[in-house]
Amino acid sequence: MAKPKVAIYWAASCGGCEIAVLDIAEKILDLTAAVDIVFWPAAMDVKYKDVEAMADGEIDLCLFNGGVRTTENEHLAHLLRKKSKVLVAYGSCAHEGCIPGMANQYDKQTICEYVYQGSPSVDNPENIRPQTTHKVKEGVLTLPALYDTLKSLKQVVKVDYFVPGCPPTDERTWEVLSAVLEGALPAVGSVVGAGTTALCEDCPRERKEKKVKRFYRPHEIVTDPEVCLLDQGVICCGVVTRSGCGVQCPSVNMPCRGCYGPPEGVADQGAKLVAVLGSIIDSTDPEEIEKACATVMDPLGTGYRFGLANSILRRSKLR
Amino acid sequence: MKRITIDPITRLEGHGKIEVFLNDSGEVENVYFQVPELRGFEQFCVGRPVEELPRITTRICGVCPEAHHMASVKAADAVYHVDPPPTAKKLRELLYQAFYVTDHTTHFYILGGPDFVMGPDAPVAERNIIGVIAKVGAEIGLKVINIRKHCHNIIKMMGGRSIHPVFALPGGVSKAMTEEERMKAEEVAKEAIEFSKFTFQLFEDIVLKNSDYVKLITSDAYAHKTYNMGLVDENNHTNFYHGKVRVTGPDGKEFAKFEAKDYRDHIAEHVEPYSYLKYPYLKNVGWKGFVDGMDSGVYKATPLSRCNAADAMATPLAQAEYNKMYETLGGKPVNATLATHWARIIELMYAAERMMELATDPDITKGSPRGTTKGIERALAKEIRTIPSATPDEGIGVVEAPRGTLYHHYKTDENGIITEANLIVGTTNNNAPISMSLKRAAKGVIKKNGEITEGALNLVEMAFRAYDPCLGCATHTLPGQMPIEIVVYDKDRNEISRRSRM
Repeated sequence: MAKPKVAIYWAASCGGCEIAVLDIAEKILDLTAAVDIVFWPAAMDVKYKDVEAMADGEIDLCLFNGGVRTTENEHLAHLLRKKSKVLVAYGSCAHEGCIPGMANQYDKQTICEYVYQGSPSVDNPENIRPQTTHKVKEGVLTLPALYDTLKSLKQVVKVDYFVPGCPPTDERTWEVLSAVLEGALPAVGSVVGAGTTALCEDCPRERKEKKVKRFYRPHEIVTDPEVCLLDQGVICCGVVTRSGCGVQCPSVNMPCRGCYGPPEGVADQGAKLVAVLGSIIDSTDPEEIEKACATVMDPLGTGYRFGLANSILRRSKLR
Repeated sequence: MKRITIDPITRLEGHGKIEVFLNDSGEVENVYFQVPELRGFEQFCVGRPVEELPRITTRICGVCPEAHHMASVKAADAVYHVDPPPTAKKLRELLYQAFYVTDHTTHFYILGGPDFVMGPDAPVAERNIIGVIAKVGAEIGLKVINIRKHCHNIIKMMGGRSIHPVFALPGGVSKAMTEEERMKAEEVAKEAIEFSKFTFQLFEDIVLKNSDYVKLITSDAYAHKTYNMGLVDENNHTNFYHGKVRVTGPDGKEFAKFEAKDYRDHIAEHVEPYSYLKYPYLKNVGWKGFVDGMDSGVYKATPLSRCNAADAMATPLAQAEYNKMYETLGGKPVNATLATHWARIIELMYAAERMMELATDPDITKGSPRGTTKGIERALAKEIRTIPSATPDEGIGVVEAPRGTLYHHYKTDENGIITEANLIVGTTNNNAPISMSLKRAAKGVIKKNGEITEGALNLVEMAFRAYDPCLGCATHTLPGQMPIEIVVYDKDRNEISRRSRM
């Protein structure tokens, strides 16, 4: 039997997902013994046209990481969908937009105004902006246009499976690859390489009834390493985040920020976080409640840090 | 196929577009290096609490998140006017050295090294670490995999995650180091020192004993007389985490030495309409275009420029190799771009030796009850945390990222909410010198009629690779990806040749 054909592609991402694939270390040798990697721009010299020349469905599995930000990302998303039997949104960016999705709070003009004019170190007396076409004496140079909005992969094409995490942990990555190789994948549309419940289920910290008078920012308080961070008033997104990472951030006394996305049954992570925080404020006095609420510093950047692009909010209104 | 598994980083960090124009006589007229993306981190950091930035800005780059984590937390310390306890700084620096070991190893063995070991004219299929292993022995591959993995384990143990660590926060770190953990760090530091010695020997045997390579390194096609930038300690020794930024001239003399907070008095950024990436330059010299020399504000911030900008290395084995490099290449400063690879392994040794110093420092386990695996304890927390009490306002943090001096500059309101963020990232510093090196290399190797042979393409790319450019970082301002692509146009601006690597 021919070895399964695998493609790995990165769109708008930081490269951490690629490193996560590499970090399966010596197992990557087993992987390459079991499959043929037919397209991996970060790793090999296959050209787009080679992918275009493939038959539809010729790629057995495509791990797509990164969000969709440019025409090129979008083109590749469509192309790889067509050529792949199984398309996996690998990592938080493809899954739900991740941190770059927070740019959806702004538009490209605002971003460029700051970068090329407002920034304290820029020196641009002629008010130059990068142009999609620019004539130099030798000819015309082109740049791709920027989109205002970053999209998750499923907002562009049909996705078969989602692997959450920023980045997915190496153990989980290996699990997903093995499941594919063994043909042991669950129903199409599922989240794989993660748990189903909230992160708290895996967290070894002791939990009691949550009652807080105010919230603390991580640098404001020394916490007890044995007790639930949220019980101590530190906003931890574990309660609205899918399990599966191994509780990494709380293991070093830092709160979860939600990179595995919402657990099963939660449609909108940020909205759910606000609901949770509201429910644990230990007061019935409106003034006291208002004071407690004022200690929640950045609800958008906390509850929607990884999922804004994919959330109900999706982006701010464009001018 | 074999290349995939072990030579993956090569292109990971290389995104860019190179346009080559030929003149009437078919020779290279001009070369443009374009970076076609921009992400907007500076904009969407606005509105975030400053203590979250060390865990947001890591996502600028999954290759060097540790550098952003450190520059960001130093800026956040400054915003809160808080000085972390000595142990906290040592813990941050220890994690950072472990990161440097993995990062420089990756570059030397997987990105840059194969050019030398296999030779620039070797077939593409062999010019990768597989080829290196075939040539010098299989145990090298294992050594490389192991040292990377063991350093990543240390990063995860201390920072919580091996990619995008989270332990640094304004005033210190969130977790102390136990004696058991310290022993692990010491063990890896020992391995890293041995690995660096081995790397020196390999470089000696394969590169230095081959006069053709030495000739290539010192050839004019790969030399630029620019200013050099690097962070130094109070003795003017290279430092990655602490100290002041020092700039030396093409003549080797000190031109400027400044604290992070004064960066705007020394650095400005030029904008060109054909690239999304800005061009930093020395403000007090001025932007004179893509030229080198004393009168041009172009500077480099690379391992080689750090060696040039410092007086010495702070650790003995690194210092011995440092002396050897300058003796071999004719004294300071060395302007040969390809010598950057040598400088990088000198720094690899420094990182390993410094990692050992820190892992055996009696302070390093302060804040942790001995013999247990518990992290922070309330009573002991003062050893690793100073709770900020001043009103936050503005702060600038600087570290040496492997690919250049990294500046994070934040302004906040009185609640520590970001109102403005400015970032000058490692690779961005080198945007102008990279453009210049590519042009010079292209002129040197692309012959009449613009035909690009694989070997010529590689020689051009070698100029690019010496900087270990990480355009993921540099384009912190837009996500996305782009291939490195070289396009050659004839005098009538017709495309006559195109080579691309995605």
